[in-house]
Amino acid sequence: MSIIKVNKLSKIYDGAEIPVRAVDGVDLAFEQGEFTAVVGPSGSGKTTFLNAVGGLDRPTSGEVIIDDVDIWQLSGRKLIDFRLHNIGFVFQAYNLIPVMTAKENVEFIMELQGRSKEERFDRTKSLLEAVGLGERLNSRPNKLSGGQQQRVAVARALASKPKFILADEPTANLDSKSTETLLDIMETLNKEENITFIFSTHDARVMKKARRIVTMEDGKILSDERK
Amino acid sequence: MIVSLAWRNVWRSKLRSAVIILATILGICAGIFSAAFYKGMTDSRIEKAIMNELSHVQIHNPEFINSNEIHDYISNADELKRKISLLPSVAGVSNRYVIYSMVSSAETGAGVKILGIDPEAEKQTTRLYTQLLEGDYFKEKRKNQVLIGHKLADKLKVKLNSKVVITLLDVDNNITYGAFRVVGIYKTANSGFDESNIFVRKSDLSKLINLPPDVCHEIAVLAQKNDEVEGIKSKIEEIVPNLKVMSWLELSPEVRYMAEAMDLMMYIFIGIILLALLFGIVNTMLMVVLERTKEIGMLMAVGMNKQKIFLMILLETVFLSLTGGVIGVALGALISKHFETTPIDLSSWMEGLSGMGFDTLIYTSVEWPILINVTIMVLITGVISALYPAYKALQNDPSEALRTE
Ligand SMILES: Nc1ncnc2c1ncn2[C@@H]1O[C@H](COP(=O)(O)OP(=O)(O)O)[C@@H](O)[C@H]1O
Ligand SMILES: [Mg+2]
Repeated sequence: MSIIKVNKLSKIYDGAEIPVRAVDGVDLAFEQGEFTAVVGPSGSGKTTFLNAVGGLDRPTSGEVIIDDVDIWQLSGRKLIDFRLHNIGFVFQAYNLIPVMTAKENVEFIMELQGRSKEERFDRTKSLLEAVGLGERLNSRPNKLSGGQQQRVAVARALASKPKFILADEPTANLDSKSTETLLDIMETLNKEENITFIFSTHDARVMKKARRIVTMEDGKILSDERK
Repeated sequence: MIVSLAWRNVWRSKLRSAVIILATILGICAGIFSAAFYKGMTDSRIEKAIMNELSHVQIHNPEFINSNEIHDYISNADELKRKISLLPSVAGVSNRYVIYSMVSSAETGAGVKILGIDPEAEKQTTRLYTQLLEGDYFKEKRKNQVLIGHKLADKLKVKLNSKVVITLLDVDNNITYGAFRVVGIYKTANSGFDESNIFVRKSDLSKLINLPPDVCHEIAVLAQKNDEVEGIKSKIEEIVPNLKVMSWLELSPEVRYMAEAMDLMMYIFIGIILLALLFGIVNTMLMVVLERTKEIGMLMAVGMNKQKIFLMILLETVFLSLTGGVIGVALGALISKHFETTPIDLSSWMEGLSGMGFDTLIYTSVEWPILINVTIMVLITGVISALYPAYKALQNDPSEALRTE
């Protein structure tokens, strides 16, 4: 059974003279354990789509059903809680709290969830080790490279034990070496822990790593290929 | 963790926070010091009023309060005095005649309050004997001696050893006179008092006015400590149920009103300082919220709910204001403490003060209530300052905040 079902999802921005159909009637489903890249040129609607799926940006019409919950029917407060417990986020930038160490950034999300101290402590350590930052637990973000920061963000996203992880252009600000490391870590987590990833990119090298590639253009799905 | 997050956030923009904190320290420190200064001034005014003029408790014939008539006296005064002296916590008791009448010199006359005292007993209740500018506090046996205030001496144009004539009505409403020699000129902190009170021996007066022996108009009682006054008062009331017993607060309500008004003024003053700080804090926090749009958007996106975002901004604002507030209160208290033992001398530039019964040597007085209240006021200011910026923070839309294009 799919963990995410997207039905006739549309998002229309009608601020300008001509309304922009950023997402235009998208039907899509994601399965547990998939490793999906959403690709397409800039402005094709990737961010808008991921934000609608992640409960960040209310669609104009259509529904997003995650584990039988129609998330856009939830009240504001319930939706925030739903995100906290079900979705892991990695953004292009501004992922981390600058005044907190890597460890604290990861722990923070579990504290929001109300998890016990011991659980937080153990999990934080093993997650940061899993992303190769076991030695940098007490570093603040400004002491970490861009790639390391994104790895902390991945660890943070995983910390809440979400159903899946949404990553909007996670490598856009990274050099090719850091990009490769980050992708390898994501791939390993996907293979070994069966973590579901949905990430957007317009980088061809990143696309290649994906096992499913959803291509968007003008808010529509152009193609949906599985390797 | 929100607490430590908020605390660390305060120090993110060090210079900006430092400016606010410094302004708060200065404002609060100045506020505390001013409060301690004026409190010291009023306290010493009260202390002087008690020690020189009022004593702690006074007993009168209830009629006398309004009539001030010579025949509205207290009978059995010596026996009462003896009983009251035996009460615990009583430091001294003095029986007085109190007669409102005239005193005149060769030059002119003045209306005065004549206090007929027993010099030794009076020493136990008021400090008049320490306030002499010239002369003595009554000399041995010589009859008809009078102590007058320096203001009155100036007015009557009399000097030490001059003669003055006291004119009064005796119990039978006959006019009588007595010639008295000025043996001492006193000066208290209250020049109004100095102008209108003269002191003579009770025994000299009783001959003039034909009062029965063993009576008086006023029994003044001094307690060992200020806070024992109410206890003593109620015990005295048991002894003399038919007489009017009043504490210094009732005798001179204006002194208490002055202290209360001064208190209120100080709180208003500090309130104004805080209001000015409030605008600075609100402004700073609005900048903070604006600068951190993306970060706050991220926090909301990953699941930090509105209450927690609100709490984070609230705590940050409170920490920002309380840091300066607490340091300011401590510093103000420290400075004020210093001047509790080392007085500030205002004599050179504040002549008018002594006319109102204030001393020109000011010992500050700082007490816990004001320190605690001001800290609470700073806390409240922090909370109020946080409201609008926190509200602004909640207006963030995570999807908008996180867009990087
Ligand atoms: N807040 C907005 N108001 C108006 N138009 C928007 C807004 N956000 C995005 N768009 C438009 O929606 C379209 C899709 O944008 P986006 O989802 O960011 O694409 P991508 O992430 O693929 O670059 C673009 O044409 C963009 O200009
Ligand atoms: Mg985008």
